[in-house]
Amino acid sequence: MANIDRDQLLHVARLARLELREEEVERLGAQLNDILAAVSKVSELDLSGVPPTSHPLDVVNVWAADEPHASLPVEEALANAPEREGSYFRVPPGGSS
Amino acid sequence: MSEWETVVGLEVHAHLKTRTKMFCRCELEYGAAENTRTCPVCLAHPGALPVANGRAIEHTIKLGLALECEIASSAVFARKNYFYPDLPKGYQISQYEAPLCGPGRLVVPTAEGDEVVRIVRAHLEEDAAKTVHAGGATGRSVGADYSLVDFNRGGTPLLEIVSEPDIRSSEAALRFLRLLRQTIVELGISDAEMEKGTMRADVNVSVRKQGEEGYRPRWELKNMNSFTFIGRGIEAAVREQIAAYERGETIGQSTYDYDPDTDRLTVHRSKEEADDYRYFPEPDLVPVEPTAELVERLRAEVPEPPGARIRALEQAAGFDVAYALVTTGRDALYAGLVADGVESRAAANWVMNDFAATGADPGAVDIAGMATVLKTPSLTRDALVEATAASALPGFSAADYTSRAAVSDASELGPVIDAVLAANPQQVETYRGGKEGILGFLVGQVMKETEGKADAKAVNALLREKLAQDA
Amino acid sequence: MIDTLRLTAEEAARLLREREVSAAELYAAYRAAIDERDPELHCYLHVCEDDGGEGIPIAVKDVIGTKGIPTTAGSKILENYVPVYDATVIERCKANGLRVLGKTNTDEFAMGSSTENSAYGPTKNPWDPTRVPGGSGGGSAAAVAAGLAPWALGSDTGGSIKQPAALCGNVGLRPTYGTVSRYGAIAFASSLDQIGPVARNVRDCAYLYSIIAGRDPADSTTVELPNAVELPEGEDLKGLRVGVPREFNEHEAIEPGVREAVQRAIELCRELGAEVGDCSLPYSVDYGMPCYYLIAPAEASSNLARYDGVRFGYRSPNGGDRLEMYERTRDEGFGEESKRRIMIGTYALSAGYYDAYYGQAQKVRTVLAREHAQAFERFDVLVSPTSPSVAFKLGARSENPLAMYLSDLLTIPSCMAGLPGLNVPCGLSEGLPVGLQLIGPQFSENVLFRVGQALETAIGFDPVPARLVDV
Repeated sequence: MANIDRDQLLHVARLARLELREEEVERLGAQLNDILAAVSKVSELDLSGVPPTSHPLDVVNVWAADEPHASLPVEEALANAPEREGSYFRVPPGGSS
Repeated sequence: MSEWETVVGLEVHAHLKTRTKMFCRCELEYGAAENTRTCPVCLAHPGALPVANGRAIEHTIKLGLALECEIASSAVFARKNYFYPDLPKGYQISQYEAPLCGPGRLVVPTAEGDEVVRIVRAHLEEDAAKTVHAGGATGRSVGADYSLVDFNRGGTPLLEIVSEPDIRSSEAALRFLRLLRQTIVELGISDAEMEKGTMRADVNVSVRKQGEEGYRPRWELKNMNSFTFIGRGIEAAVREQIAAYERGETIGQSTYDYDPDTDRLTVHRSKEEADDYRYFPEPDLVPVEPTAELVERLRAEVPEPPGARIRALEQAAGFDVAYALVTTGRDALYAGLVADGVESRAAANWVMNDFAATGADPGAVDIAGMATVLKTPSLTRDALVEATAASALPGFSAADYTSRAAVSDASELGPVIDAVLAANPQQVETYRGGKEGILGFLVGQVMKETEGKADAKAVNALLREKLAQDA
Repeated sequence: MIDTLRLTAEEAARLLREREVSAAELYAAYRAAIDERDPELHCYLHVCEDDGGEGIPIAVKDVIGTKGIPTTAGSKILENYVPVYDATVIERCKANGLRVLGKTNTDEFAMGSSTENSAYGPTKNPWDPTRVPGGSGGGSAAAVAAGLAPWALGSDTGGSIKQPAALCGNVGLRPTYGTVSRYGAIAFASSLDQIGPVARNVRDCAYLYSIIAGRDPADSTTVELPNAVELPEGEDLKGLRVGVPREFNEHEAIEPGVREAVQRAIELCRELGAEVGDCSLPYSVDYGMPCYYLIAPAEASSNLARYDGVRFGYRSPNGGDRLEMYERTRDEGFGEESKRRIMIGTYALSAGYYDAYYGQAQKVRTVLAREHAQAFERFDVLVSPTSPSVAFKLGARSENPLAMYLSDLLTIPSCMAGLPGLNVPCGLSEGLPVGLQLIGPQFSENVLFRVGQALETAIGFDPVPARLVDV
């Protein structure tokens, strides 16, 4: 059932914003297919009547009052910025992202 | 009647009026200096986790109630995954399969009947941050174009309302939007101002032949923030689609930009191939299951929606007046005056003309006091004007004005009228010659002589009498 | 003379309290031990200077954010990242006087079973430096085993606390999901991650758990503990029902030496007065792994999207436009295993595949939870080996992802159900530690501590690696 071909692999890499080098494409492709074959085991089970679990605990209705906390001082907000201009984060331009 | 039918659906986004962001408690402040309203959560630092804003949830439920929506028994936040610098987590927390509000409707009253626009859903999500493009490329030098990101706005609570494609014209779209906007504003949940960016709409437009079943591919005009351009954009889309079909072309689903200067649409330069958002339930947040108690408490806070109020007033005031009163937010004032005994047309007239001109807040008017003033027979014009100006100010006292009744006594007015007639023989002749319109001039002269204290209606009647007599 | 190889946190606290030792001396003793043994073992990525505090030092896995102290998650993509805030668990430790001794090595983003996926080189097992300490939290477990910290914080998603504890011969708790805040802990798989204590004995483990556990308003998925943490005292297991799930104890992957040690421990349970019985969880072992290796990578693919070079961390110097910046930063910054999991996860969530993969896995999760719940109707605790093998050689599984994943075969199923699990050393096989896994229902930590303590006393395992004695 599971078999990712090269095009699909590159598509998934694009979705994940990973620029795979050629040798990575080969190696990863093979490994991913092995892993997918193993995890596809889940489809052996007929679980039509079973609800999915999104949360291990049965907790609902958690929210906070609309009261402000102190925001970070701007220098801390930018402390780890790879590139900045004034108090802005700076990134290369792009029609795509 | 055109053989083509316009099909419009709208997705409206409104910034909710809360003090803090949707998933962190950074204080929202319009115009704050860049990156001064951020924290590890809205900067998506490693390890940060979202915590939902309870007030935003309540606002959304109220909107759902106002639109007759089913309120979810279990609403689930979901991640919408894509990459963009203004989306720090690399996903937006939104709602997907289980929105807070399910199907509902907005009934738009018109003189010809109701336009019912079905609502598919309304849900809660967070807004993206702001990217500004900077630098000026001169050739290909280093330091050419780049982008700057400000995360202050990122995380603002956003309400998304999606309509079915039930709208059949650009005018109907604008009617819907205006009524929706008013509903939202009256709930107190958002300022919903397009110019300020607190409300925007994605407009989906397609056409089909009259009687055709199903929908054809649509064009999407995204992030429209002007009523005028929405109307024109729809019309341009309809025009261009019809022309294309009539040329035998096919239309594909696409995003378009509307250019107001040329009144034309151009395909939006697509960012990348159609995004696969890979929605899945947000594991860092738990479901919202509004209790019956909460819903009823919120329901009590929802005022009667504007559409229903228009229909309620229509009987007494006629559709046009009812529509004007409600959509300008003055119907409560009108209704209050009528309840206190003011005649309907007089009340509507005063509200929509005299009072409207003051620009004052209708909610601040001393209704009982103003009703007394309006019911005073023979109130002078001056007194009315002054009372109107003071009606929404503190310390209004009706007695200041009711004492100033206009003179309507024939014995008092008679001599003045005689004098005016004597002084204006030309006009008298003109009147008697059949030009009754000149009466207004004569009335005005009497008003001048009496320094405004005469009752204009009585003057009018007396003048006619005298002019008829001496004929 | 402080013997850091033997000192428990409880004993260290006593020494400080009774002023037999000063805080500075205590800290210095660990620094000296680190200077001596860490060059070989490489447990630490960062060692802190003595901050002059008065309390017990604690080692912290480098996926837990520490303000002002570099936090790398074992990845190049965070090589220069210094958090601007403390994780909640760190705040709680500090509030109890604990001091951060240093940040311990981890598989990149907590993904792995050997700590060989760290971008900063692997950690060696103190029992045999040619072998792995387990993973992802090998650094913390090895540090405690080698006397380089009295105790440590780790994180467990599929076994990352329990399995290294098994391979290094110490006590590790994976808490009930939701009892310890994840705020500030770098997310791997949000619905599975839990922070937990790693210690030399069960009492220290319980005490550290009591410090960090409890609802955190900053983490919406946390809850209050229904019962206060009890430090275990008792030495027998009368009245306790111990279950031995066949599939977990007879799996062909389990080494004979491991099986023997575990069976002796189970026999000991009987001698201590427990009722021991067999049971069957038919789906857990076979379907736990595939389930985990769909859900965890899916959530990880989304959690790791924020590492994009925009706001913090590594940005590729091989620049280009924005798309290239994103793609190269992430390709260069992430290691192999992270990329593998991101790819699997993205695929499992993508359009057309969600239902068969992620959607189906979430249902399998329900099956596993139900299966465990059923077993807990008859038993108070389930026992099995923690790891199918003792510590394996460095490099033995690193070329084969699936072989590596099998290390977690026995720890994964209970993680999928959100259940707590305690690793208690129960003997040696070929001179290497064997760990016994105790699984309980949600919120049963006190039971796990009680059983663990009783066995610990009865077994008398010496947690000091033989080769480090008399060094």
